[in-house]
Amino acid sequence: MLTYTIRRLILSVPVLLFIALIIFMLLQLAPGDPMAQVPLTVPPEVKEKMREALGLGAPWYVQFWKWLVQMLWIEPKVFLDWLTTSSAWFSWLPDTNVYTACGAGVEGPCDLRVISWQTRSPVMDIVIQRLPQTLWVVGLAYVVAFFIAIPIGIYSAYKQYSAFDQTGTFITMIGFSVPPFFTGPLLIVIFSVYLGWFPSIYDTTHTINNWDDLVIQIKQMIMPVMVLALQITAQISRFMRASMLDNLKQDYVRTARAKGLPERVVVLVHVLRNSLIAVVTVIALAIPGIFGGSIITERVFKVNGIGDLLIGSLFASDMPMVMTLTFIFAFLIVMANIIADVLYGVLDPRIRYD
Amino acid sequence: MTDEIQAIEALQDNQPLKPHRSQWSEVWLQFRQHKGAMIGGGFLLFITLAVVVGPILWDVDPGKLDIRSKNIRPIYTALWNSEAKVDWAHPFGSDNLGRDYLANMLAGGRTSMAVGWAAMLLSLFLGAAIGVLAGYFKHLDGMLMRLTDLFLSLPILPLLLVAVTLFRQPLRVIFGTPEMGMFVLIVSVIGITSWMHTARIVRGDVLALKEREFVLAARSAGTTSRGIILRHLLPNVISPIVVSATFGLATAIITESSLSFLGVGFPSDFPTWGKMLADGVMRMTEYPELVMLPGIAISLTVLAVNFLGDGLRDALDPRIRGR
Repeated sequence: MLTYTIRRLILSVPVLLFIALIIFMLLQLAPGDPMAQVPLTVPPEVKEKMREALGLGAPWYVQFWKWLVQMLWIEPKVFLDWLTTSSAWFSWLPDTNVYTACGAGVEGPCDLRVISWQTRSPVMDIVIQRLPQTLWVVGLAYVVAFFIAIPIGIYSAYKQYSAFDQTGTFITMIGFSVPPFFTGPLLIVIFSVYLGWFPSIYDTTHTINNWDDLVIQIKQMIMPVMVLALQITAQISRFMRASMLDNLKQDYVRTARAKGLPERVVVLVHVLRNSLIAVVTVIALAIPGIFGGSIITERVFKVNGIGDLLIGSLFASDMPMVMTLTFIFAFLIVMANIIADVLYGVLDPRIRYD
Repeated sequence: MTDEIQAIEALQDNQPLKPHRSQWSEVWLQFRQHKGAMIGGGFLLFITLAVVVGPILWDVDPGKLDIRSKNIRPIYTALWNSEAKVDWAHPFGSDNLGRDYLANMLAGGRTSMAVGWAAMLLSLFLGAAIGVLAGYFKHLDGMLMRLTDLFLSLPILPLLLVAVTLFRQPLRVIFGTPEMGMFVLIVSVIGITSWMHTARIVRGDVLALKEREFVLAARSAGTTSRGIILRHLLPNVISPIVVSATFGLATAIITESSLSFLGVGFPSDFPTWGKMLADGVMRMTEYPELVMLPGIAISLTVLAVNFLGDGLRDALDPRIRGR
């Protein structure tokens, strides 16, 4: 299993490089000029110098290579330095000093980081601030959806064609069809305008110091998480039901019943474990869609995650930020796929990836 | 010895045989059993007709500003609120600039449905072509399937956002009107990023089909690869293609609406359901119908298409049939 995981991780490198190339070429081919916002009074030769300062004069492969070096070599160096100097867990390690910032008075080679054109600060600093919100919302949505969907799927399949099954299937179909940009505003109107239970805007500056703060945090997370969870629940419970139905007809279920196992054990241990295997693949395939949904959810509830950041920087034609963020989305998706595949192997002993 | 051989009594048919039913009438019979699919199909037909014929019957210009009759509520609000400002001239009310909402709904639906159908057809064509090629030609299989896997791990919505925002201007120049340029752009980017599931399903089916005897027979009769693919393989994979087409339509409608909602879709004077919803969110508390009407339209259309797909899958898949 370990060799398989390592092999998948190594194989994901060319995939990620290729995705980065696709994104980069898309941005290169796009005709938008980053200098378009510069006032017309600026003379053309100054504009040309500004273009060169942004690195836009170089051929595309040089630009791509430089971005790769900045993203995959210099940024990890910065991260390593941060880890050993000021992080909570690893600051006991001896301080490393592998990153040399460029600036006045620096002799010899220095490291340039990916700089946002919008804020003039390193892109990764902003991303690190924004990433936790996205991961929290998406992750919690998955957990919530899992705990809602699995029981529904089990019971629907066990009592196939019962009233519960019919309503369950119908409701999941609705959850499947109603887009997040409709459920979001709808929930805001119902729960924050009419009922006033939850705030409609996610406050990221909120820090948790005591129980009341925690309650506020939970309150503001409920709506974004539920909007996203509705989508995931619909998908998972549909597949859970289908895969339970497949498994309930298998011979081993009859054997288990024949040898006198209680029904609870038959369904919740034998059938459930086998059905979960198929669901894992579905979860993996749904991940790109969920990250897409998270962009919309962040936009609706003003959660300042990376999806919101992507749209903001896209409108400001901040190309380094757009490039990096899209790459990070790709990275998250590829990693989630690997986790799902490894999990698939762990859950199903019949599958051996050798 | 010329009299015919008589079957023994137990084997005789005691009633005339039913006339032979074709495969498609069989499918239709099965499809009719699925109540949700029938309703879904009917609703899809209704919506399609409404957006095609509707603008002819209700020939109010959706972009016409009439500031005197702004913020009119839909006619049904009069049922519970006799104070509400309603007008039979605007059955669905009007927005803050006095544009007729019914005309906007019809025009918006026309755009959304057109984008949905066109993108679905494009992705279907790509998916079927790549699936058949990968399944039939062994030397293409590895490469094409790696490509499919790669596309499956692309962050679709971010890429769509990037592509649509960046290529908006040049296409506007190429196609003359901004609407046409945007239409081509959105349809092509959605089509290019959503063919993967169709390709996988088609490839799997083609892999199994090409080992069957009828393909061997066709090949030994001298049929070319092209002939085998067009005559023998494609007709046999038509049912998974049809099923993934319905789900593709649903996804395309939702994707287009998401793009419009995020503000990167069609130009601002050109209504689509997604953009009407986004515009309505600001004044949602006073005028909930501005959000509810387009939202419900999108949701019901997608729900109808999904039910239709469910029913088609049940009807076309002989393994599930009759359960």
